[in-house]
Amino acid sequence: MAKIHVTTTVNGEPAEYLCEPNETMLDALRGPLGLTGSKEGCSSGDCGACSITVDDRLVCSCLMLAAEAEGHEIGTIEGLAQGDKLHPLQQKFLEHAALQCGICTSGMLVASDALLRKNPNPSEEEVRFWLAGNLCRCTGYDKIVRAVLETASEMREAAQ
Amino acid sequence: MNIVTDNKWIGQRTIRPDGMDKVTGRAQFAADTSMPGMIWGKILRSPHSHARIRSIDTSRAEKLPGVKAVVTSNDIVDFPIEKGAVMLGIQDMRWMCRNVLARDKVLFPGHPVAAVAATTEEIAAEACKLIEVDYEVLPWSIEIEDAVKPDAPILHEFNKWEGKPSNIMGHIEHKRGDLAEGFKQADIIVERSFTTRPVHQGYIEPHACLISVAPDGKTTIWSSSQGQFMVRAMTSMLTGIPQSDIRAIPAEIGGGFGGKTIVYLEPIATMLAKKSGRPVKMVMTREEVMRATGPTSGSKCTVKIGAKKDGTIVAAHGIFYLQAGAFPGSPIRGAAGCSFTPYDIPNLLSEGFDVCSNRSKVAAYRAPGAPIGAYAVECVIDEVAETLKVDPLDFRLKNAAREGTKAAHGPTFPRIGYIETVEAAKASSHYATPLGGNQGKSQGRGVASGFWFNAGGESSAQVNITEDGNVVVTTGHPDIGGSRAGIANICAELLGIDYRRVSVIIGDTQTIGFSNLTGGSRVLFASSMVVTQSAEKVIQTLRERAAKIWNIDPDAVKWEQGAAHPVSPNAGQFEPLTLRELAEKAPAMGGPIGAGVQLNTQGADGGFGTHVCDVEVDTELGIARVIRYTAVQDVGRAIHPGYVEGQLQGGVSQGIGWALNEEYIYTKDGKVDNPGFLDYRMPVCSDLPMIDCIMIEVPNPKHPQGVKGVGEVPLVPVMAAVANAISNALGLRFYSLPMSPPKISAALDASVKQAAE
Repeated sequence: MAKIHVTTTVNGEPAEYLCEPNETMLDALRGPLGLTGSKEGCSSGDCGACSITVDDRLVCSCLMLAAEAEGHEIGTIEGLAQGDKLHPLQQKFLEHAALQCGICTSGMLVASDALLRKNPNPSEEEVRFWLAGNLCRCTGYDKIVRAVLETASEMREAAQ
Repeated sequence: MNIVTDNKWIGQRTIRPDGMDKVTGRAQFAADTSMPGMIWGKILRSPHSHARIRSIDTSRAEKLPGVKAVVTSNDIVDFPIEKGAVMLGIQDMRWMCRNVLARDKVLFPGHPVAAVAATTEEIAAEACKLIEVDYEVLPWSIEIEDAVKPDAPILHEFNKWEGKPSNIMGHIEHKRGDLAEGFKQADIIVERSFTTRPVHQGYIEPHACLISVAPDGKTTIWSSSQGQFMVRAMTSMLTGIPQSDIRAIPAEIGGGFGGKTIVYLEPIATMLAKKSGRPVKMVMTREEVMRATGPTSGSKCTVKIGAKKDGTIVAAHGIFYLQAGAFPGSPIRGAAGCSFTPYDIPNLLSEGFDVCSNRSKVAAYRAPGAPIGAYAVECVIDEVAETLKVDPLDFRLKNAAREGTKAAHGPTFPRIGYIETVEAAKASSHYATPLGGNQGKSQGRGVASGFWFNAGGESSAQVNITEDGNVVVTTGHPDIGGSRAGIANICAELLGIDYRRVSVIIGDTQTIGFSNLTGGSRVLFASSMVVTQSAEKVIQTLRERAAKIWNIDPDAVKWEQGAAHPVSPNAGQFEPLTLRELAEKAPAMGGPIGAGVQLNTQGADGGFGTHVCDVEVDTELGIARVIRYTAVQDVGRAIHPGYVEGQLQGGVSQGIGWALNEEYIYTKDGKVDNPGFLDYRMPVCSDLPMIDCIMIEVPNPKHPQGVKGVGEVPLVPVMAAVANAISNALGLRFYSLPMSPPKISAALDASVKQAAE
C-alpha cells in the first residue's frame, strides 16, 4: 500500500511527511517528525499524555489519523515556549513543583494552554473538569491546579 | 550527629535540575530513543490462565518476511526450581526467569511465551500469530479463597504446606507478649474481616526499552526502571552476558511506584538483539501493562483488637492473606510488620500468608503490603474507639508508639514523630471545622494512621568541580519524584554556592558505582549521605589547595560562602579564594578536584503519618467523594518541601483511587476485564479536592541532614481514613474495597430494607 503524503503546519512551521493510512498523528509526531514530547500512555484517548492542538482545538493525537493533519495547524509541547522564553505555564509548573515524573507534563501543559486561550479566568472547578482528560499518577493534581490558576491570574494582570 | 537547621538552600523550593527538559518536551523517556537500523520486538502471550506447554513451533513465524529473530524460554538462562533460591535483592531468579518467558507452564493470561523481532511492529505482531503453541489446559484459580481450598489447582507442584501440595508459599509472624492472656484482660473485643482487590501502580509510562548488542557482546540498554543496576544484574543473569559488558542507561522514568523494580522486557529484547544483530525496541501497550505487570495483591484479612474500658489496647491479632499471583513473593512483610506499628500493644500476633494464584506476578506498590494491613487494622481501631465513645485521635494518642516502644517486628524505637502527627492532626483547622451537609448528601469524617519501614542500602555518588568552578553531581538512582532537586539543595548548601551552579545527573551502570533500587523511600536518605560525604571530601581538597597557595596549615583554612578563608586573623591576612578561583588554579595545584563515596547506608528510621478525610456521599447514587483531606507526616527534614508535599499528595490520591474505584475485574474465564484507563478508573483531576499537607520535622539523628524517607507512608493510612469517613457519614461500615457506587448503593438499599422489615 502506498504511503500518504501529508502537508501541514507544526508549531507554526510548514511540515511534510509520509504516513500509512492507519498511522495516528501521535505516530507521525514521534516518528517522521521527531517530536517525542507528546507521549503514548494508553493509545485510547484516556490519559491525555499525547495532547496536541489542531487549529487551536485540544485533541488526543492518538485518536487522530496522521493523514487528517493535511492543511491544518498542529500545536505540540515543543511549540509552547517561544525560543528560550518559557510560556508562563511552563515557568509556573516549575515553580510550583507541579510535575514529578514528568510523563504527563507535556499533555498537561498543552491542555492547560488550550484552556487559558478559551477561558482566561477559570474557576478551580473549571480547571479540574478541563484537565479531567489528562491523567497524572504522581501529584494528586493539587500543584497542577494551583499552577494553572496562578498563571491565569498573572496573565490577566499582564494583559491589563 | 549535629543537624544544622539554619540553612540557605535546604528547605527551599528551588527549580528542579531536570525541570526545564520536562516542561519543554525534551526529556527522554524509555520509548523516546531510536537507533539506526532499529527493529521492533513483540511478545506472544498466553491466552490461558493455567496450562502446561507441550511444545512451541516458531518455524512459520521465522519464515515471515521481515522477521529477524524469535526467542522462547530456551534462549533465557534457566534457574532450576529444585536447585533452590537464587536471590537478587528480594527477587528469586527462579521466578524471574519464568515470569519473563514461561518455561514448562503458563500461569496467567498474558504470561509471555515467545517473542519476535521484525522490521516493523506490525510484522512482529503478525509473526506472533504464526507461532504454534500446544497447550494442555489446566484448572485455575484467582481469588485467595479458591486458591487455598484443599482441592485447588496447584501452581507450583513442588511446594508443600503442612505436608500437602499447596498454593500457600510462605508465612511470616511477629509476636509480642501472650495473646490469649491479653484478650482475657479486654473489656471489649472487635473482630472483623476485610477484602481488598488487586490494584495497579498505574504509572502513565508503559514499560519500554531499546537494546543494542554488538557482535562482541557489548550491550547497551536504554530503559526506564527504578534501578539501572537491577536492570543490568537481572539481564546479565537471564542472558549470561557479564555485567561488565552491559551498560544500562536510565531513561527518565514516567512513574513506577514499585512496579518498575523488576524487569519484563529487557532480557527478551537483549536476546532478540543478540540473535538478529540489530538494535531492538520494545514498548508495551497499556493492555499489556495491565494484564502482565504489577498489580499489587488482593487480600483477605482478619483483625481482632481487645481494649479496656479506659481505652488501653491490651491485645491484637492480625491475619493477612495476600495474593502473590503466578509466583511467590507477595508483600506479607509489609502487611504483618507495619500494620500495628503505630501502637504500643503488649500482646500481639501479626501473621502473613503468601498465596499463589493464576494472575500476573505481584509487583511492589508504594509501601508494599502496608496499606492493605493498615486498612484492616485502622478500621477496627476506629470501631473500637467508637464503641468506647472516645475521639479516634485521642484513642490513638493513648496507645501511641513512642521512643522506647518495642515494635513487634523487632526494633525498639528511637525518637519518633508519631505522636506529633496525631497531635498536629487534632490541632489542624481541618479537624476543628464542623462538617456541613447538602440535600441528599451525607458528610462524614474519618482518621487513620500508618507506618512504613523505610530503607537504607547501597548508594554511590561522585561530586566533581568543573574547570570553570561549578559542580556536577552524579548519583545512581533513577529520579522518580524530584530527588535531583533535593540533592542540588544539599550540595549547594554544603559548598556554599547558588543551587543553580550544581548540575545533578543520574549516571549509567558503567559510569557510577553500584546503587540499589529507587524503592523503600530510600533515595534521598541514602544519596544525600554519599553526596554529603563526597562534598565534604571536595571541601577538604579545596581547603588544602588554599592552604598550599597561602602557604599555611590546612587546618587554618575554613570553607564558607563558597570560598576558602583563613580561620582567623591569626592564621594570616588573605583575600578569600572562591570555588571558581580554586578551580582555575587546580591544574597547577595538584590536578582535578572531585570525590566519590560508596556506602551501604544505615540508619533509615521508619516513618509515620496520620490523615484526616472528609467525604460526602450521594445517597441516591451511592457515590462517595472526598471533599477535604489533610495528610500529616513526620518527614524528618523536608529538603525540598515542594517535592515532599508532592509525595504526600500523590500517595493520598492513589489511596483515594484504591478506596473508591480501582480494582481488577476478572471475566468468568479468568482474564482481566478492565485492562485500560477507561474501565480501570484512577482518580482524575475532577475527582479530587486540594490535598493539604502538614509536614512535621523530627530530624533523623542518624542522617547528616535529618532525612527520613517520605514517599511510601502517605499511601498507608488512606483507605482506612476514607472508609472511616464513609462509615461516619452513613452509620454503616464497609469491609471491602473499593467502596464503589454499586457497593455503597447496595448497602444503603439493604439497610433501608432492614429498617422496613
